Amino acid sequence: MDYILEVSNLTKRYGGLIANSGISFGVKEHEILSVIGPNGAGKSTLFKQIASFVTPTEGEVRFRGERISGLSPHKVARLGVVRTFQETTIFKTMSVRDNIIIAHQLRARTGLAGFFFGTRTAREDEAAFARSADEIIDFLGLGHQRHEIASNLPHGHLRALGIAIGLATNPAVLLLDEPFAGMNHDETRRAVEIVRAVRARGVTILLVEHDMPAVMNISDRIVVLNFGQKIAEGTPKEIQENQNVIDAYLGVEDESIGM
Amino acid sequence: MTNATKLLLAAACVLFLLVGVPALIAATGRNDLYYTLTSVALLSIISGGVWLTFYIGRINIGQGAFALLGGYVSAVLVTAYGISFWLTLPVAGLVCALASVLIGLPILRLRGVYFAMVTLTLTEVMRLLALAVPITNGAKGIVSIPLPGGVSLFGLTLIPDFATLENPRLAFYLASVVLMVLCFGALYRLVHSRIGHICLSLQQNEELASSIGVNIASIRVLAYAISSFLGGLGGAMFAAISQSIYPSSFTVADSVNFMLNCFLGGLHYVLGPILGTFALYFGWDLLFQTGVYQLLIFSSALIVLMLVLPNGLLSLRLPRKKGA
Repeated sequence: MDYILEVSNLTKRYGGLIANSGISFGVKEHEILSVIGPNGAGKSTLFKQIASFVTPTEGEVRFRGERISGLSPHKVARLGVVRTFQETTIFKTMSVRDNIIIAHQLRARTGLAGFFFGTRTAREDEAAFARSADEIIDFLGLGHQRHEIASNLPHGHLRALGIAIGLATNPAVLLLDEPFAGMNHDETRRAVEIVRAVRARGVTILLVEHDMPAVMNISDRIVVLNFGQKIAEGTPKEIQENQNVIDAYLGVEDESIGM
Repeated sequence: MTNATKLLLAAACVLFLLVGVPALIAATGRNDLYYTLTSVALLSIISGGVWLTFYIGRINIGQGAFALLGGYVSAVLVTAYGISFWLTLPVAGLVCALASVLIGLPILRLRGVYFAMVTLTLTEVMRLLALAVPITNGAKGIVSIPLPGGVSLFGLTLIPDFATLENPRLAFYLASVVLMVLCFGALYRLVHSRIGHICLSLQQNEELASSIGVNIASIRVLAYAISSFLGGLGGAMFAAISQSIYPSSFTVADSVNFMLNCFLGGLHYVLGPILGTFALYFGWDLLFQTGVYQLLIFSSALIVLMLVLPNGLLSLRLPRKKGA
């Protein structure tokens, strides 16, 4: 089986602290793979390494067979591996539409000088970006907020905008960092639908999440981390029945103190 | 406002500066105003550079270093090598841009107050360099720089020799205004094109910018290089006008003023530095009558202005009509 994204023996040490230790797994094209684990399990560190915001101490990440670890984030994004952020990270003072238009940067066919002098290609690019942004806005149901300043959006729509910014880069693999965090039931259901729809556009999705019902509902496969190590990998059903996972989440009975 | 009205308004302003102001000065006989207005034009070019670094989210208190460098480059080339001033003008800008790339590559990784602190030392470093390097003639500076010569193309005189002119002050004023219009025209275009949006994305969140594929390191350096280019141009013009340059021609206080000009005019508006420089320069001069209290009143007024108008003088506008 060929993987679009392959993580092999990924290890990250911060001084004496081991955030990730020998993690290996692969992501198949067009699947939704979730990474779960208790707080401090090393999920975010893993994510940062995949998007190349952090360089691994050992091991590597390969995208379509090519090593991407150690490249700068904008180069990794250019190859097609794009992350969204845990916090509501957006361009706050820009409108929703401008946020998405600027995120088309990777599709620009002309350099900065071209945009300065307003060459024909640059003008065509601008028009294409605006059209594509409008399409993404409609796709994610942000139509009413099109011209709203991004910092004024309600929480659920901010997440959608984060995904929209990711989509605008035309990614092959989209890394979603806790896309359902802090959402109520309805918002989560809507967000799950959005993620499914994004996958239907041909995007492979890797997500980190705490919301177990949503993860079990949406994922094709799940990777479980605990204390920086991978302890399980499989379908949602296999993970629910896995003893290691149950121990990690519920805690192991400690016989020595009689609990 | 449509683009056509904006363009018309800009053209009217330029026409006023080039024809109206000299006519008014001739009518009132206030020839001394030429020097003041020329200074404002040049200082606003230098401040315009600082403004651009603000636009990518960096507080730049080191612009005096590049103004000084630009002044010396031009002065040395004119006096020691006899090169035409008009040729040394772009060269001064380019040397500054090059220097800023070398300095910027390491220091632009710093953010917030850390970047500001490093730039604060740059002006002092440049002053000490000017004192130490043999070619700059130490504390005595470079004096008696000849006035800019003429430029002619195919026998057609484009710029007359300033030394032969009846009123070189007017010539310097016109040259400075033209330079200011060119620089701010380019800056306006830059900011209102996609490049401006990219700069803004850097200002708001560098991580997100890099995750959408913006090469943040090179954009930062580019913006800083343009900023320093403008600093160099302004410095070179100043050296030509005063026909001299000293290590103390641009000091840390000047660097701080360049930053204040931007604050005062408004960081969201390209033309902010022009208005800010004008207000600061004339505000200071008007308070001259108050003697020892000049600085006290001046700085109090600045503090009040920043509290009342945190987005600068240009944020003071009539309420917009609905649907405009």
